[in-house]
Amino acid sequence: MSTRLANQGRLIDRSKQVTFTFNGKTMQGYEGDTLASALLANDQMMVGRSFKYHRPRGIVASGAEEPNALVGLGEGSRFEPNQRTTTTELFDGLKAESQNHWPSLEHDIGVVNNYVARFLPSGFYYKTFIHPKPFWKHVYEPIIRQSAGLGKAPDKETRDADTYEHFYAFVDVLVIGGGVAGLQAAKVAAKSGAKVMLIEQTAHWGGRAPVDGGTIDGEPVDKFVEQTVSELEAMDNVTLRLRCMGAGVYDHGYALGYERISDHTPGAQGPRHRLWRIRAKQIVTATGAIERPLSFAGNDVPGVMLASAMRDYVVNWGVTPGERVIVATNNDDAYRTAITLKKAGVDVLRILDARDSAGPLADEARGLGIRVDPGKAIAKVKGGKRVKKVAICNQNGIGGAREEVECDAVAMSGGWSPVVHLWSHCGGKLIWDEANAHFRPDPDRPPLGANGEGFVVAAGSANGPLSLGDVLTDAQAAGAAAAKGAGFKAKAGKAPVGETTAEAPMEAVWLMPANAEVQLRMKSWLDFQNDVKVSDVQLAAREGYESVEHTKRYTTLGMATDQGKLSNINGLAILADSLDAEIPKVGTTTFRPPYTPISMGAIAGEARGEVFQPIRRTPMHDWHDRSGADWEPVGQWRRPYAYVRPGETVHDAVNREVKNTRENLGLLDASTLGKLIVKGPDAGKFLDMMYTNMMSTLKVGKCRYGLMCSENGFLIDDGVVARIDEDTWLCHTTTGGAERIHAHMEEWLQTEWWDWKVYVANVTEQYAQVAVVGPNARKVLEKLGGMDVSREALPFMEWRDGQIGGFDCRAYRISFSGELSYEIAVPASQGQAFWDALMEAGKEFGVMPYGTECLHILRAEKGFIMIGDETDGTVIPQDLGLHWAISKKKEDFLGKRAQERSHMTDPDRWKLVGLETVDGSVLPDGAYAVGEGVNANGQRNMIGRVTSTYYSANLGRGIAMGLVKHGPDRMGEVIEFPGTDGKIYKAKIVDPVFYDKDGEKQNV
Amino acid sequence: MSEPISALNHASYDGIARIEECGLQGMITLRGDLSGKVVIKAVKDATGQKMPGQREAHVDGETGVCWMSPDELLVLVPYAEVEAKLAAMKDALGGVHALAVNVSDARAVFRVSGASAREVLAKVAPVDLSRDAFQPGQIRRSRLAQVAGAFWMDGEDDFRVVCFRSAADYVFKLLKVAAQPGSEVGVY
Repeated sequence: MSTRLANQGRLIDRSKQVTFTFNGKTMQGYEGDTLASALLANDQMMVGRSFKYHRPRGIVASGAEEPNALVGLGEGSRFEPNQRTTTTELFDGLKAESQNHWPSLEHDIGVVNNYVARFLPSGFYYKTFIHPKPFWKHVYEPIIRQSAGLGKAPDKETRDADTYEHFYAFVDVLVIGGGVAGLQAAKVAAKSGAKVMLIEQTAHWGGRAPVDGGTIDGEPVDKFVEQTVSELEAMDNVTLRLRCMGAGVYDHGYALGYERISDHTPGAQGPRHRLWRIRAKQIVTATGAIERPLSFAGNDVPGVMLASAMRDYVVNWGVTPGERVIVATNNDDAYRTAITLKKAGVDVLRILDARDSAGPLADEARGLGIRVDPGKAIAKVKGGKRVKKVAICNQNGIGGAREEVECDAVAMSGGWSPVVHLWSHCGGKLIWDEANAHFRPDPDRPPLGANGEGFVVAAGSANGPLSLGDVLTDAQAAGAAAAKGAGFKAKAGKAPVGETTAEAPMEAVWLMPANAEVQLRMKSWLDFQNDVKVSDVQLAAREGYESVEHTKRYTTLGMATDQGKLSNINGLAILADSLDAEIPKVGTTTFRPPYTPISMGAIAGEARGEVFQPIRRTPMHDWHDRSGADWEPVGQWRRPYAYVRPGETVHDAVNREVKNTRENLGLLDASTLGKLIVKGPDAGKFLDMMYTNMMSTLKVGKCRYGLMCSENGFLIDDGVVARIDEDTWLCHTTTGGAERIHAHMEEWLQTEWWDWKVYVANVTEQYAQVAVVGPNARKVLEKLGGMDVSREALPFMEWRDGQIGGFDCRAYRISFSGELSYEIAVPASQGQAFWDALMEAGKEFGVMPYGTECLHILRAEKGFIMIGDETDGTVIPQDLGLHWAISKKKEDFLGKRAQERSHMTDPDRWKLVGLETVDGSVLPDGAYAVGEGVNANGQRNMIGRVTSTYYSANLGRGIAMGLVKHGPDRMGEVIEFPGTDGKIYKAKIVDPVFYDKDGEKQNV
Repeated sequence: MSEPISALNHASYDGIARIEECGLQGMITLRGDLSGKVVIKAVKDATGQKMPGQREAHVDGETGVCWMSPDELLVLVPYAEVEAKLAAMKDALGGVHALAVNVSDARAVFRVSGASAREVLAKVAPVDLSRDAFQPGQIRRSRLAQVAGAFWMDGEDDFRVVCFRSAADYVFKLLKVAAQPGSEVGVY
């Protein structure tokens, strides 16, 4: 059984007991435990089930690489699935649940997959769920969806209880990884004067060197770590962060750090995670190395563990995963585990060394009384929910002539692979190291920065060296190189001297035993989380999958949440062997950020709840809100769609507003309309290019409606332009268009007509603008008093500066409703007061505010187009019958040449018309009109579509506009619009102006 | 004329930094040739300040001038004086191609102050806010999370932040989240 030892445990505080639950069972651990170490201390060997076959799975690793021991953590608003127990710090009250089983971890129905595993090889889904075709949607997909996914999604009604944030940091040198290499590299770089940030994903400095032993400058490793950390802490130019993982390295020295601030103290004040968005001149990846499993049958049975992990559990947390342990290895390092276990009082039954000879560590092991069997291998591990026996065979064989030994845990070591992920994220290349059978960073092909020079340096075991001495020497050089790369002079100095027992060379072992028969290969796991076995990769190779990327997708090797940290190299070695190719020829799959999954919360940062998105507010926003506004998003603005009174539906409110505005007096908050000042000696010339019609001839004091097209001729915006003085114009844009059109103008001025003397300023928000609309509009303004707003003093399509009701204002006589209408602009900080004055004075004239839907209906009744309704990026002004607004005199304007292209002048283009349903009903928005015959795809031919459709309370019927083929030539014809409701709507083609065709009402 | 009211009417919040809306500030957007004598003099006459260089802000209380782009300045004057100052500036600029326009009401201004002020801003703006990189006398025109913003320092741990008026509510709430208790980063 796995159990807590009486001593050891450098990271735990035995005086502080911590209580937690696993699947509802209460357990005890110590402060400093990880959830994994605490589970092992409680003899919880089995912690989950695998994805495909639902096989029992135990803890296999001790860090970020863990593929098996994922749990659902927390509950309610703090529940998170797929949390790695090995990187979860234990805290009092922690609640964990195992995943991927039903009804329970011990008794699982899905395990039936395991017994039919031979019928579920890789590619099974692809091969099986193709035929018959209709089965996919109704049979296969629902079943696959049901069984998909590892952990449960959080309850859809709960909301994450925590907050998150980003933080922008700028450093000269970012060192990722706080093991001895990272510490030394950071120290060397910092001593050069560079601004250094050192981040470490765990809660402790030093990495695994203190566990592995040896000395640095004659002192224990722990001492070196302690001293170096305190030296770094004392330096002003150094920032140290624990619990902060280097998640990704990107172009231009950008890196993400994922800081887990309060995962171990849930509910603490402040954000839970912080995403560091770091710009570094140089990045040192001191990310260490990960031990590889060995591929033998039953290597996934709970109790089979990486040798280094087993060592970690003993030394760091005082836990032994077993009482009678067998060690299988192809290298000397695993002997350290055997020695550590033995010294901790654990029975080490055998060391099965696939090689014929080993180094001095073997002698030390033998000296402790451990039996070392050279040339031996594990044929098979027996046991279901935990290890019971190991069948031992010769490494050079097919797995026969076995000897069985009873035991309860197996430590395996297949050698070490540098963590090259961060080196590779941004294009760093790898080379194959034959001696250590691993890929390591190619120093000649680093990720390149903007200047063409490398900006990432790998350090320590992440760079290939595995012995303590070599690691420190390498880190020393890396720190100096990074400082130099960042523009500092680093003193080379002497690296600290690390000493450990010398090791004999390892031997690559990709399959144990080397010629394992097929029954064994079918139980030799490569990817524990996704259930990919040696036989699956071999099958993929036989079926022609030669590219490692294709094999990955076919077999799902390395596609689980651990992204193949343990399986990658073993898998591609098997693939290379099956293809009879060299491993470097097969290559690795692509390493993509993040290194391990990071929370969605950290990615979103503060952007949730109230600040999920900016909501732009006009000066009268709060009044609207208090007055029943049913909000409509328009760009980032919120505009009242209608002001709903108690007892009204939204539709009722719209109809009331429509009638009242036509009959009495309506107020619209038009502050959101864009206002751009265009000034300069060349401003007139410039606006003549921007608009399709002539603006340079506009007289001071007058207004003109204008259309703006892109250089491809398509309508992009419209609005009223007012000439303010000799060289100043004010251009109104649509609500959503202010920033876009401002940028459009600046682009042309800065890139094409940079020598024209024109300045543009966006003054949209300087003004609160109120549309005062309806037959009583003039009366209310006259009652407020001030400037002369009579027909004579302020005629239609003119503007004047003055005062109304004591407010400084600019009054425009413009109308988007067809009624007598003024738009009054006042300083934004007086907008609410002005609105209040209008509402008060307007009482006797039947004033009511109206919203955007009323605005739409009023303009549709008049046949006025709306950018975004009648236009969609493919519509030119000519389609909308706006020829009158396109200058024929001007030599050029944006869009002119495009509009002369043959497709633009094609008489078959759909053109704007009005549409009146035969029965007075409202046409469905976006509905298509169908014509005779079918197209090449057998679909009905389309001859038009609805662009705007409303119920007009004034006319008592549905009105619509649409684009129809040959529309203007077909007045009076009835065409058919099949609705998605199965009904066919019949509508007559009519003039788009439904109301006051002669425009008398706006011109009074 | 009624009493002008700023976007958030002096709302404030105390977290790891103090966030307060400053009320109305006179602001003039001035575009022109920043090396031209006429423009330099107009700025000097309006603010008493000399022409700022790239990313510089010469501000004293409610009066000053900030560099916004190679041909744009933000001129600060007391709100009550903006029309008079603008008129004088337009007069002075009469002979050259320039644009001066009142944008006082188009903006909201916040003060972010206290020991963690730098960190609060570094959570929302992609700017190096370390002491050696950012000091009084400098301005950054950047973004505040998802909206445009600019800021300068009036003194150590004392920032003034400008955004568009319509985004004032968003920026205030944003800064409140960034300044929430317990969120000290501990680097500045």
